[in-house]
Amino acid sequence: MNSRTATFSVPARLLHWSMAIMVMSMLFIGIGMVATVSERHVWLVQLHKPLGIAILALVIVRLLVRWRHGTPALPADLPPWQRAAAHLSHWVLYALMLAMPLIGWTMLSAGGYPVTLYSGITLPDLVSPSATLYSALRFAHTWLALSLFAVILIHLTAALYHGLIRRDGVLASMTKGQKHP
Amino acid sequence: MTLKTPPPLNTIFRFTVIGLVIAILATAFAYVGGWLDPGRLTPDRMINTLEDNAGVHEGYRRNHAKGYCVVGRFESNGNAASLSRASVFEAGQQSPLIGRFAIPGGNPNANDGMPPIRSFALQFQLSNDEQWRTAMNAMPVFPVSTPQAFWELLKASRPDSKSGKPDAAKMSAFFADHPETKPFLAWAKTAQRSSSFVNVDYNSLDAFRFIDAAGTTHFVRWGLVPEAPFTAMTDAQKQDPDFLSKDLRERLEQGPQRWHLIVTVANPGDPTNDATLVWPEDRRQIDAGVVTIESAQAQADGPCRDINYDPLVLPDGIAGSDDPLLSARSAAYSESYNRRTREEAESATPSTQEPQS
Repeated sequence: MNSRTATFSVPARLLHWSMAIMVMSMLFIGIGMVATVSERHVWLVQLHKPLGIAILALVIVRLLVRWRHGTPALPADLPPWQRAAAHLSHWVLYALMLAMPLIGWTMLSAGGYPVTLYSGITLPDLVSPSATLYSALRFAHTWLALSLFAVILIHLTAALYHGLIRRDGVLASMTKGQKHP
Repeated sequence: MTLKTPPPLNTIFRFTVIGLVIAILATAFAYVGGWLDPGRLTPDRMINTLEDNAGVHEGYRRNHAKGYCVVGRFESNGNAASLSRASVFEAGQQSPLIGRFAIPGGNPNANDGMPPIRSFALQFQLSNDEQWRTAMNAMPVFPVSTPQAFWELLKASRPDSKSGKPDAAKMSAFFADHPETKPFLAWAKTAQRSSSFVNVDYNSLDAFRFIDAAGTTHFVRWGLVPEAPFTAMTDAQKQDPDFLSKDLRERLEQGPQRWHLIVTVANPGDPTNDATLVWPEDRRQIDAGVVTIESAQAQADGPCRDINYDPLVLPDGIAGSDDPLLSARSAAYSESYNRRTREEAESATPSTQEPQS
């Protein structure tokens, strides 16, 4: 199904940009909510959980869209290391977007916390309470979040490098529609 | 897709734009994360201050470290169902409880006779996977109304390394700067230490919102009123640093212990954001049902050990108020929980052993 097109499909672009906003918001919400005791803590935590589940749902849809529509080919003259870095960073991004909500949900279950999305809407426990498991997942949730933020910055740097320096159509393949079908 | 080579100056400008975008995002992230703002009161800094005062006792809660697990149930009589749609208040509803009695302070080997306060935390298990957690104290008001003031109080009460006692001058300076502490100090001056965990009133202190079936909000505070009559700590008890746990076991051997869950409803205009102020005596009070405690267990292997009694773990029908202490308690308890569960996971042997008695 990986037919090569010049730009990403419309669903892929919609998903990319909406999830870009959601994932960046999520990272700022997450780092902010554990760094304050003010009332912001409570409403950030209340945002964090439903937004995380929304990202989990969307990343699954996105993987299906990617499988269905494929991705545009990278420029032929791209150095091999940049090509490899592009592929690796994209799969790391998918893996982290999928893993972070699942780790968060499992972590709360392991900590014995009810996973409340909204008042009255509680997700089922994924595991039974275990302080040891909670502790490991809590550690992973923080460090993978910081890793995700770092990979997003690298991804953004690369996108801007393609858009502003190489001007090779890679950034445009995600920002603009297909002009030459 | 031919590669166009821009002129050198233009290229430098374009690289600078890229660098700036990344630098701005990274700086914003660091700011939100508190790394560029050393004066901000973060959960980390609150817990560090508790550790400065009491030392690090691995595996234990950073405050109210010395405690005992208890198990029982709550039986609702339906009286509060008109105020809150939470299923826990339906008439005849029984909710299993996992509770914890404790004394304040970060030292798990503290002397039970020292603090004037006892605390009682409860986790109500509701039928639909929801929970209601509450951490109550046996006092009528909280000393301060904001997290910042509580942090300053902790810093002022840091024990001197030689005497082991807080610096009296620092304490009086704090109280002079914080007139909101007056109701608490007035109570503390005359309060008698109880002979038991089971014969004192416990209060939520913070206000909460009850939401009824029609979606109407009622501001409330709740508390527990014991069936056992109050008696003061005896001189003999004073000699025993663990008298509260012994008393608890003796009383439970004789039979279950009971409290009435009393909900106090605010009138319009009553302060809901200030735990240093009591509401007037004539406010409507509802006896919502009976809390029965049947058995106790050491916290090292008891069911309360791995529960974080976060006061904002609430079912549908109960919500937090505008009291700023609630958010701070939720954030700080979580940090304490993260630290102690990590220590628990790292240590090969159970680290929350009860003091030998």
